[in-house]
Amino acid sequence: MKSLSEIETTSKRASRGVGFSWGIAEEVGKCVRLLELFGLPGIKNLNRYYQKKNKENFDDIRLINKKNTSNKNSLCPISLGIRFLDQIRKIENYNKCLFKNVAYPLLLLPFLSRSSEIIGKKLLVVLDRYEFLLNFNINISSNSLEKEFPSKAKIVKIFFLDNKDSFTDYDWKSLYKLSENTFVEETDSLKKGAAGAGLNDND
Amino acid sequence: MNLELRDPNIIMKLSRLGSFHQSRLSFLRSFLNEFKDWNYKRDLFDLDKYGFGVAVYSFKKKKRVYSLICFANKIDDVERSDRVIATKWDAAFTLHDGIPSKQDIVRLKSQVPKQEVGRLSYKELTLSRANKSVRVFKHVVDSLSEGVQPNLDLLNKVGYLYRTTAVYGSGKFGLADRFRIKNRKEINGPFRLEMMLVYLVRQFTFDQVNHVAKNKNLKKAVELDPNICKSLGIGNSTGLGMAPFIVNHPTLLNNWIMCRETALKKIREIKKVKIKDRDLFKSCVRNSIKNITSWNTESEYQLKKIKSLLKNVKKFLNFIEKKFDFTEEYPFNKIYLWLERETCEECIEYIVSIMMEPFDEIVEPLIKKMSSDEERYFNIPTDRSVKELRKILEKKYTNILEINFKKEENFKKFWFISKNKEEPRLADRFEEPGSELEQPLAIARDIKKLYEKLLMTKDDFTMDQFLIDNSDLRHVVRRAFIVEKFPYSEIQDNTIGENLMPIDMLRLKLSFFGALKFDPRSDKWLRICMFQGAPLPNELKNFDKQWVYNSKL
Repeated sequence: MKSLSEIETTSKRASRGVGFSWGIAEEVGKCVRLLELFGLPGIKNLNRYYQKKNKENFDDIRLINKKNTSNKNSLCPISLGIRFLDQIRKIENYNKCLFKNVAYPLLLLPFLSRSSEIIGKKLLVVLDRYEFLLNFNINISSNSLEKEFPSKAKIVKIFFLDNKDSFTDYDWKSLYKLSENTFVEETDSLKKGAAGAGLNDND
Repeated sequence: MNLELRDPNIIMKLSRLGSFHQSRLSFLRSFLNEFKDWNYKRDLFDLDKYGFGVAVYSFKKKKRVYSLICFANKIDDVERSDRVIATKWDAAFTLHDGIPSKQDIVRLKSQVPKQEVGRLSYKELTLSRANKSVRVFKHVVDSLSEGVQPNLDLLNKVGYLYRTTAVYGSGKFGLADRFRIKNRKEINGPFRLEMMLVYLVRQFTFDQVNHVAKNKNLKKAVELDPNICKSLGIGNSTGLGMAPFIVNHPTLLNNWIMCRETALKKIREIKKVKIKDRDLFKSCVRNSIKNITSWNTESEYQLKKIKSLLKNVKKFLNFIEKKFDFTEEYPFNKIYLWLERETCEECIEYIVSIMMEPFDEIVEPLIKKMSSDEERYFNIPTDRSVKELRKILEKKYTNILEINFKKEENFKKFWFISKNKEEPRLADRFEEPGSELEQPLAIARDIKKLYEKLLMTKDDFTMDQFLIDNSDLRHVVRRAFIVEKFPYSEIQDNTIGENLMPIDMLRLKLSFFGALKFDPRSDKWLRICMFQGAPLPNELKNFDKQWVYNSKL
C-alpha cells in the first residue's frame, strides 16, 4: 500500500513533469492526497489525464463566471480547479456555477472541497449523473460508489449551499424535548443562590 | 524588561544557522525525557556466533508498544559504503507499531534489509540501516574476548560502534503516514520515533558486540563496561537529503527556531538568577570544553571553527569566572550582549544552548510547541492585494531583495533530484546538465523575481488576479504569506549562490536533532554522533539531565 505521503510527492512531481509550475504541482499533490484519503481514485484519474494531456489540448478558463464553456477542447480540471480555488471569494455569491465539457472531472473535486472549507459553505457538485456533497473539506459524500469515473463530464453544476438546517423545526423541537429529560427542576432556594441572584443590576 | 526576539534577518542567515548546537530543546534529549518512564525490554536476541540474525527491543507503556526489529547481516568489506547509493548494510532496522507477530518478522526480514527498494506497511513507523565502524567494532570484540576493556583513546576518537546512513519516517517506502501517530499523547515533539529507533539501535550495537566477543572466547570474554557503553553513541552520515526538508517545512522550521528564540528571550529577561542555576550554567560551560577538545575532524573548515570556538569559550569562561557578577540584575542579558560584542557566531550559539540548561520551567513548555501542521497554512489568501504582498516582501526579505541575481555567482548552483537514487543533489548550472529540472529551492531568487513582478502590477490587484498570469511564482507567493505569520520560517540567504555551504543547512537540522561533533567530510556531507554520553535504557528512570556535558569518557 502506498502512503499518502508517497501519493502526494509522486503526484506533485508528475504534475511538474507534465509542465505545470511547482506552485500548481504542490496544489495537485495535496488534492490527489485528499481524493485518496476520501477513498476516491485520485491517482488513477490523474495518471489517465496526464497520459492524455501529452497528446491532446485542453482549455483553461481565466475568470470564472456563472456559466462557463470551453472553446473547442475540454477544460483542464487542474487549471479549472486552481482558478476556482483562487477566485472562490468572488464567486461564492453566484449560488450556482456551471461548466461545460470538463475533462476528468473527479480531479476537480478536491479543489472544490478545499474551496468549501475556505468559504464555510457546503457545495453540491453534480457531474452528469453523479452527485457529490462537499462538507467543508472534512469529507466528500456521494450517491455513487463506483470506482470508474468518466473521463469527461458534459456538464458540471456546482451549488453553493446556504448554511441552514437540514431538518424541520418539528424534528428539532421533538428531539429537544427528549434532551430536557436530563434537566433537573430547580427549587426556590437554589434559584436564590444562583449567579446574579440578589444583586441590583443597576448598581 | 521586555526584550525583542532576535532579528530573523540575522538569525536565519546560513552562517548563523550553521553555528547552532544541540540544546535542551533538541529532540533526542526531549525524547529521553518523555520516554523515561516507559518499560524497556529486549524481547528477542536470536543472533549466531558471528552476530548475524534478528533482535527485537521494545518500549512499552500501558497498551502502547513500540518495537525495534533489527536484522544483522553478513556483508563483504567491499560492499560496505556510507554513500546513499549503497545497497547492503551490516544491519537494517525498523520500528514497528506494537508487538510484531512471527509473520511480521518474516515479512520484514525480506523487506527491511532492502531499505529504499523494499516495501514497508502502515504498521512500521521508521526505517534505518547502519554500518559498523569496522576498526572500532573489531577492536572491541578482540579486547573483550581477551577479557580486557578496549582502548579508550580509539573509542573516544570515533565515538560509536555503528554509523547509520539514513533514518526514514513519515510515509517513506510505505511507512505509516504522520497523521497516524501525530495525535498520540506520547508524541510531544518532532522526530520522536526516529529518535527512538536510533536510541534502541545504540543498545543493539552494545549487545551485539558483547555477544560476538563472548562467542569468540567463551571462557575469557568480559562484557563492555557500562560506563564505556554510555560514552558511546551512534554515528550518522548525512548528505544533502536533509537540506530540502527545512525549506519544504517552513512552519516547522519556524517553530523550532521560535522556541529557541523564545527560550533565549525569557532567560535574558530573568532579573535575578538563583545561585544553583548560576552554578549549573557555569559547570555546563566548564564541562563542555571537553566536548570541544574531543571533537575530531579532518575538515579544515570545521577545524577552523572549532579552534575559534574553543578560544572564544575559554575567553567567555574567564569572563564569567573572574570578571562577571551574577548578582547583577538581568545577568543573562548582560552575558548575551557581551557574547555578541566579544565572540564569534559559533560561540554565541553554543553558549545560548547552554543557557537553557538550568531552566526547566522555560524549556519544558516550549518542547511541546515544536511540531507543526504545515497543511493548515497551505492555502494562499487570494483576496489579499498586490500592495499587501509587496509590503510583506519589503519587510520580511530585506536582504534577499538586495541580491543581484543577474550576476552569475549568485545563481551558479541548482538543486535537483537524482534519477538513480531519488535523492536531492546540488550542481553547477553552467557546467552540469539538468538545470531546467531544478527543484523549487531557489527561494531567494524566486522571491526577488516575484518582487520585480509585483512592482509592475497594479496595487489593488488581488492575488487571484495576479496568479492568473504568474503561476510560475505561485510557490513563493504561498511562502511569503507564511513568513508574514511565521518570522523564522525562511532561510534569509541565497541557497543557489556560488559560496553556498550546504552543510550549514544540515547542521541546523542536526543541531535540533541533538547531534554532537559535526565532522564535515566535504561541503555536502558530514558525520555526526548521537546519544554519546546518554543514559542506557536501564538507567532511564533516573538520569542526569545534563548528560551531554557530563559524559565521562
